[in-house]
Amino acid sequence: MVGTHKGAFVLTSDAKRDRWEIDGPHFAGWEIYHLKGSPADPNRLYASQSTGWFGQVIQRSDDGGQSWEPVDNKFTYAGVPGTHTWYDGTPHPWEFKRVWHLEPSLGDPDTVYAGVEDAALFRTTDGGKSWHELAGLREHDTGPRWQPGAGGLCLHTIILDPSDPERMFIAISAAGAFRTNDGGKSWKPINKGLNSEFLPDPTAEIGHCVHHVAMHPARPGVLFMQKHWDVMRSDDAGDSWHEISGNLPSDFGFVVDIHAHDPETLYVVPIKSDSEHVPPDGKLRVYRSRTGGNDWEPLTKGLPQENCYVNVLRDAMAVDTLDECGVYFGTTGGQVYASADAGDSWKPIVRDLPAVLSVEVQVLP
Amino acid sequence: MIRVELPAHLRTLARLRGEAALEVQGAVTQRSVLTALEARYPALRGTIRDHITQARRPFVRFFACGQDLSLDSPDASLPEAVASGAEPFLVVGAIAGG
Repeated sequence: MVGTHKGAFVLTSDAKRDRWEIDGPHFAGWEIYHLKGSPADPNRLYASQSTGWFGQVIQRSDDGGQSWEPVDNKFTYAGVPGTHTWYDGTPHPWEFKRVWHLEPSLGDPDTVYAGVEDAALFRTTDGGKSWHELAGLREHDTGPRWQPGAGGLCLHTIILDPSDPERMFIAISAAGAFRTNDGGKSWKPINKGLNSEFLPDPTAEIGHCVHHVAMHPARPGVLFMQKHWDVMRSDDAGDSWHEISGNLPSDFGFVVDIHAHDPETLYVVPIKSDSEHVPPDGKLRVYRSRTGGNDWEPLTKGLPQENCYVNVLRDAMAVDTLDECGVYFGTTGGQVYASADAGDSWKPIVRDLPAVLSVEVQVLP
Repeated sequence: MIRVELPAHLRTLARLRGEAALEVQGAVTQRSVLTALEARYPALRGTIRDHITQARRPFVRFFACGQDLSLDSPDASLPEAVASGAEPFLVVGAIAGG
C-alpha cells in the first residue's frame, strides 16, 4: 500500500513477488501521508487523506480497500493546548495540521493510534468514529520547548510493543523519542546518547530530529533509529543509545527497517545532506547491516547507479513476512522498488507514481 | 431549496453528483447553509470550515451572483437569488498549490 502526494495505490502480487498489479489512484489528488491495515483484521484499512485546501479526512475500509468510508476527522487537542516553540524561539500555539501516521492496534481492529502535526498522539477505539488525544504526551514538561523540524512539528513514528500492551514508543521531529509504560498516560523522553550538533546543548533531553525508529516484534527492547544525522541503536528500550553508523557513506537519511526474520539485519538509505537530500554520487543504494549496525554493505543490483536524485522519506520503507523476506521502498520520484531476496536484488514495481510518502506491506493468507 | 455547488474533490468526498439541494430553516446565511450541508453530508465536516471555530478554511472561498462573499460575516444574509434557489452558492477551492 503506497501513499503519495496525489493519492493512494495498492500494489498486489503473489508470493513470488515478481509480477504486480497496480490499482489506483484512490483519493486522487489528495495527499495520502499513510495508510495501513490492522494486524488483527487484514481487511480493515485506515488511510490519512489531506490537502491544504480541505484539511484532514480519515478513510476506513472494511473490505481490504475495495471500498472506503470517511470516518471522523475531528482531532481536537485536550484542554487548553497552550504553546510550543516556533522556529524563531517564540511561543507558538498548537494547531492541528494533519495526520502523519496511523498505527492500528495489534489486537483490535477498532483501535488505532494517530500521530499528528502539531505533535500529539490520538486514539480511536470505535473504528474511527471518534478520536481522543492521549494528552499526557503533549502535556509533558518539555512540551512547551518542542520545536518543529523542516517538515513541521510532526509525530511520525508509533511503535506498539507486542510483549507489553502498556508500552509504546513514539518519535517527533524535532523533539525526539518518547516512551510510555502505562498505555499513554505518562511519557519519558528517551534520547540519552543522541548527539545533535545543531542544538545549543548537543546532548539535551529533547530537541533531537529523529527521522524514524524501528523495532523487531520478536525483540521489543531493541530499537534502531535513523536520526537527522547518525544511525543509532538502543538495547534497553530507549534508555540509552549508541551510534552504529559505521562505514555508511552518509549517516543522514530518513528510513530504517529490520529484516522480518533476523532482528540483527537492518536497512537504511543514506542521503546527502543537509541542503541537498539526494543519494550520494547520484547512486541509489540501500545499505544492509547483518550485524546490528556498524558494518554495512551497499545493495545496488537493480537500483539506478547514475543520475539518480530522489529521496526516500521516513515512512516509505517496509518489509514483508514471507520467506525470504521482501523489502520495499518508494521514492520522491515515484518509483516503488521491491526486493524478494532480502535486498540482494531489486526491481521497480512501478516507476512513475506521484512522490511516495509511505509504503506498507500486508501478507494475506 | 438552496443550491450549493462544491469543488470536485468535495463532491467526490460527499459522493454527490451535480449540485447539493438543501432545505434551510430560518435565515439563509453562510452559516445556516453550511450547517445544512454538513448535516446532509457529514463527510464534509471540517473540510470547508473549522470544526470548532467554524472559521472558513484559508484556501476555500465563497461566491454567489458574481460576488466574492468570502469575507462577509457568516451570519449575513445571502443574496435573495440564493435564498430563492435562482442562483447557487458556490464553494470554491483557491487557485493555488500544485
